[in-house]
Amino acid sequence: MGRFWSIIFLSIPVLGTAIFVWAAMGWYPLEGHWFPELVVADDSVDHLFYTILWLTGIVFIVTGLCLFWFLWKYDHQKNEEPAQYSHGNHYLEVLWSVVPAIILLFLAIYQMDAWAGARMRRPMLENGQPKPPLARVTGRQFEWLIQYPGDDKKLDTADDIYLINELHVPRDEEVVLEITAKDVLHSFFLPNFREKQDVVPGMKQFVWFKPIKDGKYDIVCAELCGWGHYKMKGQITVESKNDFDAWLKKAYADQELSQYKLAEAE
Amino acid sequence: MSSITADGQAAHAHARNEFGVGEFLSTYVFSRDHKVIGIQFLFSTLLWFLIGGILAIGIRWQLAWPWSDMPVIGPLLFSAEGGQISPEFYTMLFTMHATVMTFLVIIPILAGAFGNFLIPLMIGAEDMAFPTLNMMSYWMMWPAFFFFGASFFVAGNGASSGWTSYPPLSTMTDAAPGSGLAQTMWLIGLTCVGVSSMMGSVNYLTTIIQMRAPGMTMMRLPMTIWGMFITALLQAFALPVLTAAGFMQLLDRTVGTGFFAPEGLVVNNSAMAAGGGQPLLWQHLFWFYSHPAVYIMLLPAMGMVSEMLCCFSRKPLFGYKPMVYAICGIAGLGFIVWGHHMFVSGMNPALGMTFMVATMMIALPSAVKTFNWLGTIYGGQIQFTTPMLFSLAFVSMFVLGGLSGIFMAATPVDVFIHDTYFIVAHFHYVLFGGTAMAVFGAIYFWFPKMFGRMMNESLGKIHFLLTFVFLNGTFFTMHILGAAGFPRRLADPYHYETFRPLLPINQFMTICAILMVASQIFFIVNFFYSIFFGPKAGRNPWHANGLEWQAPSPPGHGNFDFQPIVYRGPYEYSSPDTEEDYYPQTQPPVEK
Repeated sequence: MGRFWSIIFLSIPVLGTAIFVWAAMGWYPLEGHWFPELVVADDSVDHLFYTILWLTGIVFIVTGLCLFWFLWKYDHQKNEEPAQYSHGNHYLEVLWSVVPAIILLFLAIYQMDAWAGARMRRPMLENGQPKPPLARVTGRQFEWLIQYPGDDKKLDTADDIYLINELHVPRDEEVVLEITAKDVLHSFFLPNFREKQDVVPGMKQFVWFKPIKDGKYDIVCAELCGWGHYKMKGQITVESKNDFDAWLKKAYADQELSQYKLAEAE
Repeated sequence: MSSITADGQAAHAHARNEFGVGEFLSTYVFSRDHKVIGIQFLFSTLLWFLIGGILAIGIRWQLAWPWSDMPVIGPLLFSAEGGQISPEFYTMLFTMHATVMTFLVIIPILAGAFGNFLIPLMIGAEDMAFPTLNMMSYWMMWPAFFFFGASFFVAGNGASSGWTSYPPLSTMTDAAPGSGLAQTMWLIGLTCVGVSSMMGSVNYLTTIIQMRAPGMTMMRLPMTIWGMFITALLQAFALPVLTAAGFMQLLDRTVGTGFFAPEGLVVNNSAMAAGGGQPLLWQHLFWFYSHPAVYIMLLPAMGMVSEMLCCFSRKPLFGYKPMVYAICGIAGLGFIVWGHHMFVSGMNPALGMTFMVATMMIALPSAVKTFNWLGTIYGGQIQFTTPMLFSLAFVSMFVLGGLSGIFMAATPVDVFIHDTYFIVAHFHYVLFGGTAMAVFGAIYFWFPKMFGRMMNESLGKIHFLLTFVFLNGTFFTMHILGAAGFPRRLADPYHYETFRPLLPINQFMTICAILMVASQIFFIVNFFYSIFFGPKAGRNPWHANGLEWQAPSPPGHGNFDFQPIVYRGPYEYSSPDTEEDYYPQTQPPVEK
């Protein structure tokens, strides 16, 4: 039976690798869904994921094969050598402490720049001031309230534009969004943008990205916010600067045509 | 306590004619004997394990066949809604699945069941240092069982703000159907579990430090005891924080304080009065306990696996001291990595970077342990018994769960895979693939000591094979879902068109999950059949070295029928000093 069990354990690295290859190649039913289409300029998340996948993949396969080989070779029904009376090996211990330590430290330092880019280096204006947000996104049970500042470029003034679950952003530009929440925690998750940030009531936060591909993509709520969490779905549209400006103008006009004034809507 | 006859059975066990209701209660119910308490913990937690498993099937059903009638269970539970799982019920399902599995199964089965049963036996003590406190630590679990159990029957059918219970969702009664009485009961239940663990950990620490048999130095302790010792330390330091946080949330809910609620909240179109607090504070306090709790759920399992790997490879443990240092390293680093649960929570990104470095480093002792386990089986005489197979499965699955953790530790990658199925895959590989496999192995391994009879090997191997296959069928593809951005905790992920093509994968996983729960029938049958009809076990059926194997099976009150004196470490298998391939810790050295 030792042979049988060895092969069962061999199946873990073999099938595990096969499934990852299957998924990364995008075969049925994953056509194009293993990592949703990337639509921002910054590919550091994907790059880092694949770097870690290669490193851990090698460790996974090597340890899996070692486990299999030891089980195959040292099965007590087949192995005629007596068990080795050994309490360890100092050099091996040093080796397998130092090598992983170096790899892990490398990974830790290697990713710092991507993190800083995503969370610390907010895009600047030419005058050195932080770029103001294009829009404010507020989560509440169970919808995304979108607020554009209007012509005066200031939020919370009379010419603000209010929308629900519909966010448009211009292509090829650094987009800064202000995100917050009204009631409970939500999470502003844009799978195609590799962006996710919990929105916390009472806290004002900023996210930024540079979209490079036109299209309509999902806004997903990724932090449990109550029974309707699953349907808190928005849509983000990336379009050229001209289309965006035209759309924004039309949205403003539609709002002005409405019989409700801002004071009543609030 | 000292009245033990030659065959090791307690004297009063023979005096059956005096055995009335009072004796029954004091022997089997309100017992102060660590072995009975351990077995009580074992039975209670295994029952909750089954309940937690059934809750998981509900989750899987909804993900595979959303909004369809659940056969058998659906009409029973939700005949009003036509047999469908409602979104609020789904939210309750995953909240209570995680709560039950974490607080009522894994933590008490490791520390409560195996900690209680094994610590005095393995260190050569006749009982715990504080037997009454020990009894109370079990009976503190019953209020918890009551509150968690009864919360299924109040409004909302149970707490439903996730097992992490993040405010304001959990503190605002209007925010969710389960945020009313059910959430209050959840918090009280959690506090009771915490008090129980606290009583246990004080007891374990004292017992291990004070009551070791002569010759049992710290560096001769079995790895199981090292795991339990460090676990007890972690509990003693981290639990007060969770208990305090739980009380703060209770106050927020009941008397209107505002520890976790900021000003100006508008929930369900009504403005909330409380304010001035910070939701992130709860997350910090919660994870300050719950991250060390991950190691509380792992270190004893690592210890037990080391035990079984040595015994069935007939080899000494490879690198005993590095293994001990690795456990200490995991525990020490375990206190400064809690922030990795909060990379995208809104915490200061500079702090996130610090936690990232610490988290990367905690992978190191885990890697050292894995390599030492491989070193242990290398060059052995491997016996493929059921406990050995489960231990090997632990190693194999722990490698997977450990490596997938590195993806989450990398902050930029975590931005994408946080709260997706990638993390669900990760912790199920560590907790089910890891700890649950170790627990199954440990039950097969120490069953003869607990009940004096052997479990059936063939049924055990069938149980192992089915569990191992379906476990991977259920959890492996979760990595793929995670990389596709599939979020967790959604009652209907297919509401998003992007995720609709992933439905066939989910259906495959659900079928595997149902079969995995179903294959536990082999374990249940084997367990109960063997308690009554299994072949009698001698003192040392596995030819192991530990002190517990020198006591009678099952040990009487007071454990040992001789004074154990320890001459060597616990893993002297295949020693050249003796003709047998094992060398019990109590056997005096052979004169040459």
